[in-house]
Amino acid sequence: MTDRKMVTLTVEGRQVQVPEGTSMLEAAKVAGVLIPHYCYHPGLPVAGVCRMCLVEVEKAPKLAAACATAVADGQVVHVHSDVAREARQGVLEMLLINHPLDCPICDQSGECELQDYTFAEGRKDSRYQEAKRFNPVEDFGGDVLYVPNRCILCTRCVRFMEDVAHDPVLNVSERGDRAVIGKFEGQDLTHPWAGNVVELCPVGALLSKDFLNKARSWDLDRAASICPNCTQGCNSALESRDNVVVRMRPRPNDDVNKFFLCDEGRLNYRWLNRRDRVEFPHVRRADALAPIDWDVAVEAAATALRGRRVFVLASPSLSNEVLFLLSRVIARVGGAGAFRVRHGPEAPLDGVPGLSLRADRAANVQGAGLLGFRNSETPLDGVAAGDALLIVDEELAGVDASALSAAVARAGAVVVIGTTLPPWARDATVVLPIANMAEEEGTFTNVQGRVQRYLQAKAAPGLARPGYAAVGDLLAALGEAAVYFLPADVFRALAVAHPPFAGMTYETLGLRGSVVSTGAGSPAVAAAPT
Amino acid sequence: MSAAPGGSSAGPRLAALERAPRADARERDADYQAVFVGARRAELDELLTRYPTKMAALLPALWIVQDERGWVSEPAMAEVAAMLGLTPAYVKGVVTFYTMYHQHPVGKYFVQVCTTSPCNVCGAEDVARAFLQHTGAPDLGATSPDGRFTVIEVECLGACGFATPVMINDEFLESVSADRVPSIVGALK
Amino acid sequence: MGFPHKSHPRENTVLSKHFGDSDALTLSGWRNRGGYRALEQALALEPAAIVQMVRESGLRGRGGAGFPTGTKWSFMKPGDGRPHYLCCNADESEPGTFKDREIMRWTPHALVEGCAIGAYAIGAETAYVYIRGEFTEPLQRMTEAVRDAYAEGILGKNALGSGKRIDVHIHKGAGAYICGEETALMNSLEGRRGNPRIKPPFPAVAGLFGQPTTINNVETLVAVPHIINNGAEWYKAMSFGNPKSTGTKLYSVCGNVRRPGNYEVDMGFPFKEFLYDLCGGPLPGRRFKAIIPGGSSVPIQTIAEAEATVMDYEGFVAGGTMLGSGGVICIDDAQCMVKQIARLARFYAHESCAQCTQCREGTAWTTKIMERIEAGQGTAADLDTLLEIADNMTAKTICVLSDSCAVPVVSGINKFRDEFEAHITQRRCPFRPASTAAAVAA
Repeated sequence: MTDRKMVTLTVEGRQVQVPEGTSMLEAAKVAGVLIPHYCYHPGLPVAGVCRMCLVEVEKAPKLAAACATAVADGQVVHVHSDVAREARQGVLEMLLINHPLDCPICDQSGECELQDYTFAEGRKDSRYQEAKRFNPVEDFGGDVLYVPNRCILCTRCVRFMEDVAHDPVLNVSERGDRAVIGKFEGQDLTHPWAGNVVELCPVGALLSKDFLNKARSWDLDRAASICPNCTQGCNSALESRDNVVVRMRPRPNDDVNKFFLCDEGRLNYRWLNRRDRVEFPHVRRADALAPIDWDVAVEAAATALRGRRVFVLASPSLSNEVLFLLSRVIARVGGAGAFRVRHGPEAPLDGVPGLSLRADRAANVQGAGLLGFRNSETPLDGVAAGDALLIVDEELAGVDASALSAAVARAGAVVVIGTTLPPWARDATVVLPIANMAEEEGTFTNVQGRVQRYLQAKAAPGLARPGYAAVGDLLAALGEAAVYFLPADVFRALAVAHPPFAGMTYETLGLRGSVVSTGAGSPAVAAAPT
Repeated sequence: MSAAPGGSSAGPRLAALERAPRADARERDADYQAVFVGARRAELDELLTRYPTKMAALLPALWIVQDERGWVSEPAMAEVAAMLGLTPAYVKGVVTFYTMYHQHPVGKYFVQVCTTSPCNVCGAEDVARAFLQHTGAPDLGATSPDGRFTVIEVECLGACGFATPVMINDEFLESVSADRVPSIVGALK
Repeated sequence: MGFPHKSHPRENTVLSKHFGDSDALTLSGWRNRGGYRALEQALALEPAAIVQMVRESGLRGRGGAGFPTGTKWSFMKPGDGRPHYLCCNADESEPGTFKDREIMRWTPHALVEGCAIGAYAIGAETAYVYIRGEFTEPLQRMTEAVRDAYAEGILGKNALGSGKRIDVHIHKGAGAYICGEETALMNSLEGRRGNPRIKPPFPAVAGLFGQPTTINNVETLVAVPHIINNGAEWYKAMSFGNPKSTGTKLYSVCGNVRRPGNYEVDMGFPFKEFLYDLCGGPLPGRRFKAIIPGGSSVPIQTIAEAEATVMDYEGFVAGGTMLGSGGVICIDDAQCMVKQIARLARFYAHESCAQCTQCREGTAWTTKIMERIEAGQGTAADLDTLLEIADNMTAKTICVLSDSCAVPVVSGINKFRDEFEAHITQRRCPFRPASTAAAVAA
């Protein structure tokens, strides 16, 4: 960037400097001006077909498509002049002549760019008196439904599949006003990243079957989040309605996932709404776990840990903050920590180097390693006789039952901090209920060592508390002097204690994150795949 | 396509129903045999030497298929895609762009009558009507019951000074008037 | 030559001299008529010298845009280490135009020679001749001509013994008017949908297969050997005096005219004399009503406007239209302008590639309104709507197909408004018997 020549131009009276070769549309963004557009998408090759971004350029013979026109020195661009506005109104009218007036039953309603721009600057009436074009709804396979009557032929979906997914299973079929998005019989949108076409579609033509008729977009609460389903750490938005997550969508981050989210990640959000949650602290009374208040339970947990070596089996999807506090627990009473990672097939998005559904299906494997936890297929082997076994948000699904019962039998005490109460946890001494990642704030460290924040999207059930608060209280009960009121406090302490995180705060992380320093102190990251 | 027993007395709707399953199997081209074997394969291989990319041989390859099979079915698109390292969906997008590739089986004689303005002012619509009348094709785009004729109106054939130009398969007839149509059709029967 | 009629004494048959002469089809016949001498001369010259000669001749593109050919060629930089391509646009699809067809039918070697010289001049080793798929006979004759030229060593890795490689390949289109647009043609040749590309980059920078490419019309390329043989001055002299429009031009004449066919005259010929003397005027008992002089995409002229027009690039512009491709469509007083404009709109709606919104939707919408007016169902407001749609379709899209659909609508409404209004007030097409109009409306 630095060695590129800079060009100065004026957009809507504001002078900006952008590198040579920048499109007018991107230059206008720098000037704080949105040029309406449909086919243009920064993550796709330029098509220049919707003609919505026509702008008036002084001394040019005709309007220019801002997405497809490179800036030139001294250019004066008018986005909101009468001529430009009339051109856009003309495009809107053309797009609407065959578009059904079915916003009341369209999932896109409320987040539809055709609706938005029509409302902003479209005609108030339609002059179209002829019959509208009709084509039936088509199941494109995967999670995608195609409603051709709403399609504006922007071709974003086709370009995504061809140029980003490198799997051109979509096409433009036919020509003229008969044109539709087509596919080949028997070849569906089954590419692991194909679901992105739903977000890319600026109108309600490509719909998620998963989200179909689930909620009106204006009823949704949205929180910036990180997809917790693998180590890639794709930036996402969790969208919930009435405290239930109903959709996860990609949130742009050029350094991680561009604009995309894989289908496995995007559709794997239902566990955030599990109804079989443990909602109250429990302590063992005779043969059964009995609900109790937090103070008693935390003290019981501290008692179980005191005087014993602790073995912490932590989920690699816990936040850096919780893992850090757990490492403090180990430091205070002595012991070790380990975690186990579930694996699945890798699924790269070919057009974006470094972006892949990673084999490690957990959010914070990198963070767990940096904070001193050992990655092991059989972590329970590390439990020594008489250890306090502290299991944190790990259901031990698929762990050999005899190995599990042997470890529990070996342990002097079992303390469970978790979101659910699996059958084996009924043998626990103490159970502390915590929030899942949608219900708390925290950070994950992704496969590239990027530390990224996620925000709370919904409330935790019952008396469940965020993990950092639960472990923080336990630490205090064990005599730790530091007090952590907020996850930011925990993170600040983490950054002081662990050199790879040095200098980071929630403020400096923002919503784009920063990469841990790869000094001698963090060999794990230096060896990380990218 | 002969009607089922009693078919002659059936109304057009019923006759259509009787034909539907058979037409469907034909539309699917279920018994498609690979085209690019032997001489046709050699022809394609020679074509590939003319271009720096395989994709550039797509239109010529589709012409080979149509020449061999009379139309370009979905199995044919899949074969062409495999030959050229493309996806069937991509090939279909291209096929549907160009009007000369038949996406459905057509009659033995495919009659294209130019009716764009220069021919239109010279009576081209009468010529098209005459072809419908004399071939027995029920409508533009439909095939005659004996399977011999499909008649379509085509956009400018580029022979406007010879109104009305008519293409019958690869034969290009010039200056066709409506009254010449019966003898043209008669010669084909 | 007024093919298929006899040549008129006022014609100047340079390109069309051998139309109808089947002996000129063969390679030996062509050589006997002086064929391939120009190529031999050209291969002895530096490419830049050829470009300069063509530039001095004043030759301009005959496909429609009229861009100076020598200038276009000069954008190519032979020796830049990249493969260069020459495309010959033989996708002649503009309604009213059929000159390239006759050139390829009767003088295929003229085009092979023109392609070879053009390729050499721009530093290309490969030329593709993109011929529309409907041109079965021109395709066959061109294929035979290329085959024979290879067999005689005129083409190939040692073209005419020059040590230079010149390949010419015939590429068959498959039914798409838009492939006559230069970047759509390149996409089509590459095996894609015939979608026009955004410019820049221009073909000379990134054209066919992403490489520097020049694309020329058939008629342009066949003029080149004559310029090589006779010199730029000779070519420039074939004009009625306008230095910006030089050489001969082939006009295709069709529609309601007594002698339809191709006519070759010097630039600057009087249109009135052309229409009435060369082409024989209107059919017996009829009068010309409208003339579309440059293929269906140029503004319609009233016959009065046409009669006052001079036939060259600037003359047609002065007459409120364009030279375009030189396809002269004559419409007489028995024809309904509304019907014919509706038919043209239908043509463009059929041929729109579907990329740009205004074109995809606008061509179809225009067609529907025009056909409704023709059926006697139009309203006065429809005319305003049509003009506004046309405005929305003009100068706003990637290529000019959209504009081309708007042109006949706008010029039609402006110049033949009475016919539109008659359809609306009488609620039927006044050119049809009342019973037919009622049947159409029902």
